[in-house]
Amino acid sequence: MRGLESTRKPKLVTIDGDYPGARLEAIWGAEPGLKGWLSSVDHKEIGKRYILTAFAFLILGGLEALVMRAQLAGPELRLLTPEQYNQLFTMHGLTMIFLYASPILTGFSNFLWPLLLGSRDMAFPRLNALSYWIYLAAGLFLYAGFVTGHGPDDGWFNYVPYASRAYDAGVNIDVYALGLILLGISTSVGAANFVVTFLQTRAPGMSIGRVPILTWGTLTASVANLLAVPSVSLAFFLLWMDRQFGTRFFATAGGQPLLWQHLFWMFGHPWVYAIVLPAMGMVSDGLPTFCRRPLVGYTAVALSTVATMALGFGVWVHHMFATGMPSLALSFFSGASLIITLPSAVAVFAWTATIWTGRPVITTAFLFFASMIVLFVIGGVSGFMTASVPVDWQLTDTYFVVAHLHYVLIGINVFPVVGGIYYWFPKMTGRLLDERLGQWNFWTMFVGFNVGFFPMHILGLLGMPRRVYTYAYGMGWSGLNLLVSVGSLLFAIGVLLLLVNVVVSLKRGARAGADPWGAPTLEWAVASPPPSYNFAVIPIIASRHPLWEAQLGNDGAGARSQLSHGYLLDQGRETLGTTPLDARPNLILEMPEDSLAPLLLTLGLCGLFIGGLAHAWWLAALGGLVVFGALLDWLWPRLIHADLEKANG
Amino acid sequence: MVGFPFAGGAWPMTYLRTDGPRADPATALTWALIGLSVFVVVLITLLVGVGVALRRRRGLAAADAPIEPQGDGIAWLTIGFALTLVALGATLVWTMAALAAIDSPGRPAAVTIEVTGHEWWWEARYLGAGPDDSFTTANEIHIPVGEPVKVLLKGADVIHAFWVPALTGKTETIPGRTNLTWLQADHAGTYRGQCAQFCGLQHAHMAVYVIAQPPAEFEAWRLGQLAGAAAPSDPDAMAGQAVFAAHCGECHTVRGTPAHGSKGPDLTHLMSRRTLAAGAVPNTTGGLSGWIANPQALKPGAKMPATFLSGPQLVQLRAYLETLR
Repeated sequence: MRGLESTRKPKLVTIDGDYPGARLEAIWGAEPGLKGWLSSVDHKEIGKRYILTAFAFLILGGLEALVMRAQLAGPELRLLTPEQYNQLFTMHGLTMIFLYASPILTGFSNFLWPLLLGSRDMAFPRLNALSYWIYLAAGLFLYAGFVTGHGPDDGWFNYVPYASRAYDAGVNIDVYALGLILLGISTSVGAANFVVTFLQTRAPGMSIGRVPILTWGTLTASVANLLAVPSVSLAFFLLWMDRQFGTRFFATAGGQPLLWQHLFWMFGHPWVYAIVLPAMGMVSDGLPTFCRRPLVGYTAVALSTVATMALGFGVWVHHMFATGMPSLALSFFSGASLIITLPSAVAVFAWTATIWTGRPVITTAFLFFASMIVLFVIGGVSGFMTASVPVDWQLTDTYFVVAHLHYVLIGINVFPVVGGIYYWFPKMTGRLLDERLGQWNFWTMFVGFNVGFFPMHILGLLGMPRRVYTYAYGMGWSGLNLLVSVGSLLFAIGVLLLLVNVVVSLKRGARAGADPWGAPTLEWAVASPPPSYNFAVIPIIASRHPLWEAQLGNDGAGARSQLSHGYLLDQGRETLGTTPLDARPNLILEMPEDSLAPLLLTLGLCGLFIGGLAHAWWLAALGGLVVFGALLDWLWPRLIHADLEKANG
Repeated sequence: MVGFPFAGGAWPMTYLRTDGPRADPATALTWALIGLSVFVVVLITLLVGVGVALRRRRGLAAADAPIEPQGDGIAWLTIGFALTLVALGATLVWTMAALAAIDSPGRPAAVTIEVTGHEWWWEARYLGAGPDDSFTTANEIHIPVGEPVKVLLKGADVIHAFWVPALTGKTETIPGRTNLTWLQADHAGTYRGQCAQFCGLQHAHMAVYVIAQPPAEFEAWRLGQLAGAAAPSDPDAMAGQAVFAAHCGECHTVRGTPAHGSKGPDLTHLMSRRTLAAGAVPNTTGGLSGWIANPQALKPGAKMPATFLSGPQLVQLRAYLETLR
């Protein structure tokens, strides 16, 4: 993104037949072939890649879980060795948390944001491509350790001293440390991109009170990531130094093992909110479409999103109640953790009120969104219980917490995401998913999930600890564990039905028009799938629901959003820059051409990190050179499209 | 010994019923929060379910269903927020009260025990008035009924967490630090506990038992533990002692003999314990034989190596160990 001096003012035009689509397609369309695919910076392409990759990781993590559930189906089974089990539960956790839950939401937001905001791309399209390539590289890096038998094996939380070289001598933990630092680069640049996109590229008139809640969710999560990710990247870097060069940051003598827990959870807890808030935003935007009315309490829900995140930075110690800190200190964190219930309650009552004061049309997407409210509450109240210090001293590190976190992550992330797939699949592909298979898909997942995960609450209350590879006869846990294993298998079958639906519907699904649901927001104003340039003219927005204004009377104000009459920008890859709060147009933003530089930079980083892992310093140096070269190419000044046209006459 | 009604029952690790002042106030709060949680979940589930059932529009596709202004619905948020605030305030007050109630026993502890978490067993050192009044045992902690017991928690290697659900919640044992907890059993019986913080390969087999006895019985046990091991008289056992000195003394201590290793549990009164290997193996003739012959088969990854002893040596060793009462 580069701001042009306002030497010219964009023309206001009305779309007329094929004009100006063909010209814009020539400017924005990708080059055909492999090179075009590898160098694409189109947010829709990147968004779809994110979603597909994250889903592949979801399936891998799910298969890991099924193997563990086979081992735990009965007492004292010996399907897995302890080491295999430890690698599996570690990979399952880090896959789901780092390689699925966050990237899938990044994928949706990447695809949707410019469409929701009335823009032609993200603020930094190349950074966007870089963010994806690094994510893919970090995922492969982490899995390379696992498939060669050297996967991380100290849990995703990776506590020292167990993670130090004295107790875990192999390369396992180094793979985790370097892999996460690499992934942190992807998360950080992606987050910065969302923040700037939000502040600079909203369509004229889309003041911050008119953006969809999904953008509030992703914006909040992105700001949080910018603050939280440095903590974990630093922690893993220090750990790597401890392990490889004998520094003593976390050593028992001369260092402090407890420091790890602080640095990790200062990141870890905000991160939990970062991987649910955008998904809650999907529900806040999707549910009203099917309830046929705007969301109840838009402002309250937007503010509660931000409040949750702000409070989320003050609760990390509730992961550490058992570390022996003084009761006075604990009580502050206990209070902060309890108070987080308030913004969550706002969201829950807003959704419930939207159902009661609307007229819901039952679709598969609606079922996923509405059931999420119930799962969210179950995960919420169990979290509320763990916020109470004396109660948590018993609950922590038992299956009760396993139940809690799966209700949070599956209930508030996976269910909205699958609902989101049913909702936005037609926008992405031009075809609708099959509704009848969808109902089967929903009920299998919903029943399987609850049969598989609800009994874990009881197992926890009966004292079953987490992260045990087996348990003895006579503990009273056997029957429930079998039930959990059966339920998780049913849940997996539900996910399989989704995949079947996607594959079948890609070929045979009913054609979706631009707006198959009669939805209120901007993405439904463009064709399905959208053209490469998104909007032929940049629309002018007058309300929160530009497509419902005729029926709703536009919040009582006189002006109407204009979707086919707007700013024409056809002098190159351009979009409109607007002011941060009110979205008044103030700049023409020159957007970059497709480029191989992000991929090249990622390959250089891979060399750097693989070299560091293997102590192959020549490889690290080579990687560093490639990074430098890629950056040179990336930043090299070029003639912009308009200059080229002028030069060519 | 009277069995604790549920510690030895169907759910030996549950904390839904507890048996001492360190645990009980939290248990009452746990039940209250379970009740509140069930109420909230049922309420919201009904609201969502009934709302969908009553308000659903049949026969129209989403795209054809009209959008009608239906009131702003803000009252839902106000009421919901207020109800949540009340529940939250009550929980906060009760939480602080429970925390204060279990913070310390309020009277001096009768016994002080230093418990050290090892990969993957528990060392328990009873601190008396002086070194002569102190002794070390492992994995089974005896305490007097009705008396507060102070527990100092140390970590030998990685972080573990000490947890005996019926008596006390979890406290981590962190290398380089000494954490403090306490417990008190209101009835005689055996209470099972287990390491709660993931600590490596055999985290699953790191149980601890607390055995609460009437004070006189406890005192008798204590005096017995203070004494060194009696010298064996049976020829097999005498030969076994030599085997022990040659192969086991590097890691294990038997007080009153030259064996004084400290990597593994103190075995001076091994036969007074119900289990071996932190609860992984019953302390029976068969269990003991299997354990000393090949610990890795029973607890893969445990720090005790296979000893490669001959059959007769194993028999002698077992005979010796069985004299350690």
